[in-house]
Amino acid sequence: MSNIMKLLLIEDDASAAAYLVKAFRELGHSVDHVLDGLDGYALAADGRYDVLIVDRMVPRMDGLTLIRALREQSNETPVLILSALGQVDDRVKGLRAGADDYLPKPYSFSELLARVEILSRRARIAPTEETVFRVADLELDRLSHRVTRAGIEIDLQPREFRLLEYLMRHAGQVVTRTMLLEQVWDYHFDPQTNVIDVHVSRLRAKIDKGHAIQLIHTVRGAGYTIREASR
Amino acid sequence: MKRLGRLFRTTAFKLAIGILLIFTVFAVAILVYVGFSAQRLLDEQVSITVGEEIKGLLGQYNAGGVIRLVRQIERRSQQPGSSLYLVTSAAGETLAGNIMSVESEGLLEAGTYELFYRVIEDGEPKPHRALVETVILPGGFRLMVGRDLAETDRFRAVIWRTGGWSILFVLGLAVTGGVFVARRVLTRIDQMTETTRLIMAGDFSGRLKVSGTDDELDRLAHSLNTMLERIQELMKGLKEVSDNIAHDLKTPLTRLRNSAEEALRTADSVDDLRLALDHVIEEADNLIKLFNALLMIARAEAGGAYDQGDRLDLSAIARDVAELYEPLAEEVGLTVQVQADTPIEIRGSRELLGQALANLIDNAIKYSAYTEGDDQGPARDIVVAVERKKDVVELSIADRGPGIAEADRGRVLDRFVRLETSRTRPGSGLGLSLAAAIARLHHGALKLEDNTPGLRVVFSLPVGEDA
Repeated sequence: MSNIMKLLLIEDDASAAAYLVKAFRELGHSVDHVLDGLDGYALAADGRYDVLIVDRMVPRMDGLTLIRALREQSNETPVLILSALGQVDDRVKGLRAGADDYLPKPYSFSELLARVEILSRRARIAPTEETVFRVADLELDRLSHRVTRAGIEIDLQPREFRLLEYLMRHAGQVVTRTMLLEQVWDYHFDPQTNVIDVHVSRLRAKIDKGHAIQLIHTVRGAGYTIREASR
Repeated sequence: MKRLGRLFRTTAFKLAIGILLIFTVFAVAILVYVGFSAQRLLDEQVSITVGEEIKGLLGQYNAGGVIRLVRQIERRSQQPGSSLYLVTSAAGETLAGNIMSVESEGLLEAGTYELFYRVIEDGEPKPHRALVETVILPGGFRLMVGRDLAETDRFRAVIWRTGGWSILFVLGLAVTGGVFVARRVLTRIDQMTETTRLIMAGDFSGRLKVSGTDDELDRLAHSLNTMLERIQELMKGLKEVSDNIAHDLKTPLTRLRNSAEEALRTADSVDDLRLALDHVIEEADNLIKLFNALLMIARAEAGGAYDQGDRLDLSAIARDVAELYEPLAEEVGLTVQVQADTPIEIRGSRELLGQALANLIDNAIKYSAYTEGDDQGPARDIVVAVERKKDVVELSIADRGPGIAEADRGRVLDRFVRLETSRTRPGSGLGLSLAAAIARLHHGALKLEDNTPGLRVVFSLPVGEDA
C-alpha cells in the first residue's frame, strides 16, 4: 500500500547509513546517501526528494544549518532530524530550525519508517483539510465531532476522539506509540508503562467490538494502524 | 634573593613606591620653595638694616662732616655684634671702621653688593662673606656699611639640612612600610597559591585560610572557598553518577548479553530466534530509557537550573497526565481523582514536569494496585492535587498503597533504590530520583509524606511570578 518514496539520507556514520539504506531499499524505496552536509545540500537543493533524513552532526555543514539554508530558499521538502542529542531543548531547537520531525538516537527502524512515511504523505497530499474521514464503515466527522460505525453513533471521550482522528488521518499507515503520545497528548517524554496501549485498546473496544471486521490493528514491534482489512 | 625580587614585583610594593615618588617630588618642591623664600627674606632684611644705618650715618655726616662720621663709626664699632663699618679717604686709606682688610682691589665702588673680608678667628685670618652698601661722599670719601652673612648662611644651611633629612626619613619610612605591606600581602597570597596548588593536585578538601579581619583578601578567600565547596559537590555528584551508571548499566547489559547468548545456544527454530531477538530488543530499549533518565538526572544535578521556562498552567499539566494514566489505573481497579480546577501559573518545562508527574502517578499505580487479599474498596483512589500555598505551588500525588517507612524516605530519592528486594515489579528505580531532579531543576523540591495509610508525594515549585 505504501507508495515508493525517494529519500535522501545525510549521515556520516557509514555503518548506520548502510543499515538504513538497505532497510529502506528492501521495502522498495529509493535512497541516496551522502556523508556530509555540503553534498547533502547540493543534492537536496533542487527539491526532488520526498523526505530528507538528516543527522544533526555531520561534517562540513551541520544539519540545522542545512535545514535553515533550504528553508531560506523556500525549499519545503520535509526533513526528519536524527540526533544523539535527545533532550527536550535539543528537540525544540531542531524544530525551530525548520525540521518537521526529530528522532533521537538510538531509534528503531520501524519508528523511523513510520515517521518518514507520514512526512512523505503530508508533503504529497495537498493540504486541503478533509472534514470527514472514512475507513470502511467507520466515519469520523471533525466538524460535528460525531463518530459512527455502520451508521450507529459511537460515544467517545475527547481524547479518544483525537486518537481516532489521528489514526484515521493516517489510515493505512503505521503510527507508533511515541507518535501518538506526541500528536494526541503533545508530550515527548517516556511514559514508563505502555499507557498508550491501554488507551488504544479502550478505543478499539468502542470501535471494533461486535463487528466482524477489525479496523484497528496492532503492528508488531512498531505500533498501530487503522485500515479496512488485513493484508 | 628570589623572594626579595618577588616582593618588589608585588602590586602593594609598586603602589607604595609610586606614591612615595610622587610624595618625594612634592616634598622637594616645597623644600626648595621654602629654602629660597627664607633666603630672600633674610637677604632683604639684611639690606634693609644696612640701608637704615647708612641713612643714619649720612645724617651724622650732614650734621658734622667727616669728623663726626668717623667718631660715630668708631663708637658704633665698639658695640658687640655691630655691623661692619669702613670709612676711607679718596686715596683709599682707612679712616675708621672695624674691617681691617677687604678682598678687593682699589677703591670701594658705590652700590650694594657682596664682598669678602677677613676676620681673625683662632689666630688665623678667615674670609667672611658680607653684604655691604657703599656710598661716595663729597670729597671722595667712601662710607661702607655691611653685615656679616655667616649667620644667615648658617640659618640657610640649617633649613636645607633639616629638609633633606626629613625627606630622607620619610623615604626610609615609606620604603619600610611598602616592604612590610607587600610582604604581608605576599605571605597571604603565597598561602592561597599553595592551597590552590594542593587543590589542583587533587586534594579537594583544602580551603583557603580566612584571617577573620574581613578585609578584601578575606572576602576573596571566602568566595573562593564557596566556589570550591560547589566544585567539590559537583565532583562528588559526578563521581556518584558515573559509579551508579557503571553499576546499574552493567546489570541490564549482562542480562541482554545472557539472553542473546542463550538464544544462540538453545534456539531450535526461526521462531525461537525471533522471540529471543524480540526480547533482546526489548532489553535494549529499556537500557536506552534508563540511560536517558540517567542523563537527565545528571544534567539536573549538574545544576544548570531551568530559568528560561515557559509560562505554564500546572493544573492543566496535572489534568493531562492524570487523564493519560487513568485507563491504566482503571485496569487495576483504581481511580485517579484530580483536584486541579483553578489554573495555577508557573514557569518551567512542560515536558519535564509532565515526565515527573507521569513517573509519580505511574509509581502510585504500581504500588497501590496490587495487594492480594485486600478488599479493594473506594479508599484505593489516587489523588492528584494542585494547590497554591503562599509562595509555593504544591503538586501532590497521594496513594493508598503500602507507603514508605519514614526511615527509608530519604533513601528512595537516591538513584536506583527500590525498596522491594525481589525487584518483581517493573521499573528502573529511577522514577522518584528523576522527579526529584526535575523539581530541583525548577528550584523546587520533592517531599515524601505519610498519607495514613499510603504515600503522599509533594512536588513543590516556586510560584511563577516575574522573578
